[in-house]
Amino acid sequence: MSLLEIKNLHANIGEKIILRGINLSVNAGEVHAIMGPNGSGKSTLCQVLGGRDGFEVTEGSVEFDGLNLLDMETEDRANAGLLLGFQHPVEIPGVKNIYLLKESLNAQRKARGLGELDTFAFMKQVRELVKSMQMDDAFLHRGVNAGFSGGEKKRNEILQMLLLQPKLALLDETDSGLDIDALKIVSEGINRLRGSDRGIVLVTHYQRLLSYVEPDFVHILYKGQIIKSGDKSLALQLEAEGYEDILKAAS
Amino acid sequence: MSEQHEIEALVSRDYKYGFVTDIEQEIIPPGLNEDVVRLISAKKNEPEFLLEWRLKAYRHWLTMTPPAWAHVHYPPIDYQALSYYAAPKSAAEQAEIDANRPKSLDEVDPKLLEMYAKLGIPLHERAALAGVAVDAVFDSVSVTTTFREKLAEVGVIFCSFSEAVHSHPDLIKKYLGTVVPAGDNYYAALNSAVFSDGSFVFIPKGVRCPMELSTYFRINAMNTGQFERTLIVAEEGAHVSYLEGCTAPQRDENQLHAAVVELVALDDATIKYSTVQNWYPGDEHGKGGIYNFVTKRGDARGNRSKITWTQVEAGSAITWKYPSCILRGDDSVGEFYSVAVSNNYQQVDSGTKMIHLGKRTRSTIVSKSISAGRSQNAYRGLVHIAKTADDARNYTQCDALLIGDRNGAHTFPYIESKNASAQIEHEATTTKVSDDQIFYLKSRGITEENATNMIVNGFCKEVFNELPMEFAVEAQALLAVSLEGSVG
Repeated sequence: MSLLEIKNLHANIGEKIILRGINLSVNAGEVHAIMGPNGSGKSTLCQVLGGRDGFEVTEGSVEFDGLNLLDMETEDRANAGLLLGFQHPVEIPGVKNIYLLKESLNAQRKARGLGELDTFAFMKQVRELVKSMQMDDAFLHRGVNAGFSGGEKKRNEILQMLLLQPKLALLDETDSGLDIDALKIVSEGINRLRGSDRGIVLVTHYQRLLSYVEPDFVHILYKGQIIKSGDKSLALQLEAEGYEDILKAAS
Repeated sequence: MSEQHEIEALVSRDYKYGFVTDIEQEIIPPGLNEDVVRLISAKKNEPEFLLEWRLKAYRHWLTMTPPAWAHVHYPPIDYQALSYYAAPKSAAEQAEIDANRPKSLDEVDPKLLEMYAKLGIPLHERAALAGVAVDAVFDSVSVTTTFREKLAEVGVIFCSFSEAVHSHPDLIKKYLGTVVPAGDNYYAALNSAVFSDGSFVFIPKGVRCPMELSTYFRINAMNTGQFERTLIVAEEGAHVSYLEGCTAPQRDENQLHAAVVELVALDDATIKYSTVQNWYPGDEHGKGGIYNFVTKRGDARGNRSKITWTQVEAGSAITWKYPSCILRGDDSVGEFYSVAVSNNYQQVDSGTKMIHLGKRTRSTIVSKSISAGRSQNAYRGLVHIAKTADDARNYTQCDALLIGDRNGAHTFPYIESKNASAQIEHEATTTKVSDDQIFYLKSRGITEENATNMIVNGFCKEVFNELPMEFAVEAQALLAVSLEGSVG
């Protein structure tokens, strides 16, 4: 049984049709990359899978770890092991990062029938993660993403991911706005989540992230459909030739 | 039925387990004239000076008109239709009331108990709040006596205002109306004429009050009526922390509440006055609810004295309230920390006045307003630096948080400086709880309700930090309940 099974997914925003029949199957242990030009529906796909209001699913189904994902509340999706990494993580001043980390970890542990992690163990784990992401401890006591640079926000997303250890990480343009050093740190973080029991879906414009996090499969999303799938060489071909030829060949 | 509606239904229905009973009280016929004022005073067996004071206030009130400048709207109040006196119940009447009360918590509506649990009300208080016959809960008389003895040992006087009129008339005469004069404003004048009862606190020179006052007494203090009058005096070097109110929803058949609180701090004295207000706010259509028109003022009369107001305002249909400080003594300090939350059709016009008269006086204002539903929430604050107030300083921070897009937050700061050496800072922000923020937190496994609470509590943290510990915990819970269902 695959971890994520998307079948013929159609979705609208208002009158506008964005997703026109997406099929995608992700097994545990696999890394998939979804690439595509602007407006192809990449972010919409992430938002629909995350459970964002405002999108109407008109057709199709999504099964996640045996559950009907589209019937679930956003928080229940998270508690079931889905993590959405945001392209533009929102700023929440007043809520400290450390508080967010603790609340989310405990909410997810509770949903899985586990007790709260004791503060000592929690802090130890968090400090190690902060260090591994080459961030400063002071970050923990700042408001969530408040006044963060683009790179800091993305590192924060990966830090949360590593703490929450999702079964499936769906990372929406995590590489955008990163300089080369930050890209390396973020990529190392993603690679640490890789494992036989987890799946990762990277949504990206560029090949460069994929040099650090090698995908098992690459899919090209265009006008709300996956028009071509292949292995990592597809991403390289895309990088070399641009979208135009591939889109022509596919149409 | 959504959770919001459940809460609404809970707070808006007849409070059959609570304080409202259908037992007839001895009530003076509605209407207000000098005879009624005399009757109130006579019934309470008051000394002549107090009657004269009431009459003077009444005569002044007749010449006044209700303030129209606040950002609130309500139909005119017919003061001749109100009743101004309800006699204390006779033993027989009290027995009948008690007979109708639930005998134990088992007989109380589980939903009400659930709400108390949500608010974190201590177990022994829940029964009393739910109207369970008091002797079945705890012997309140003996509890009161125990604490009174403890207070008396150090010379602290803490009793009802009526009691103090008889036991300490000299103190009442000396301090009553010296902070809020009888004719100060329309509602204060009305209160001065007809006030029912309230609390009196006196901390003698050099004494640090050994406990937070009113924590243990608040249940008993609940039925003090619509025209409450409180006077707190801290002599030289004295310290006191006073807690008013309760997070449990309070219902009252009187729509108009016009209380007066006066604080007097002499040299080196400190008074900390904390309020959690949760009067019935009306239903989700804006029907009913309490009008809370309160005058609270502290006089930092002595040098190096300090007065701190901390308030969490969650209830009432209309709130008109400006706890203020007169910084008369040199080096005196005034502080105002406020969280005002409004939902549905609630209207809040609240803030403070810091009147700097003494040299090197300092004031701090931190006001946080949270508006949800179709509510209107205004901060109104005056910082006045008198000619005499050399080197005075004020710091004001006004933050507004909006939940939804059908409500309004307003800021009306007034700054008057007559002394060039003054330093005045004013900062204001308005932020909105966005769908993006809620979605972000939900995507990490946090429920919508908790997500809102995290944002709101983060926003209010600075004020909650000023509350006594047990109040702070209840206040957080109160905000959560008040805002339930307001997002999404």
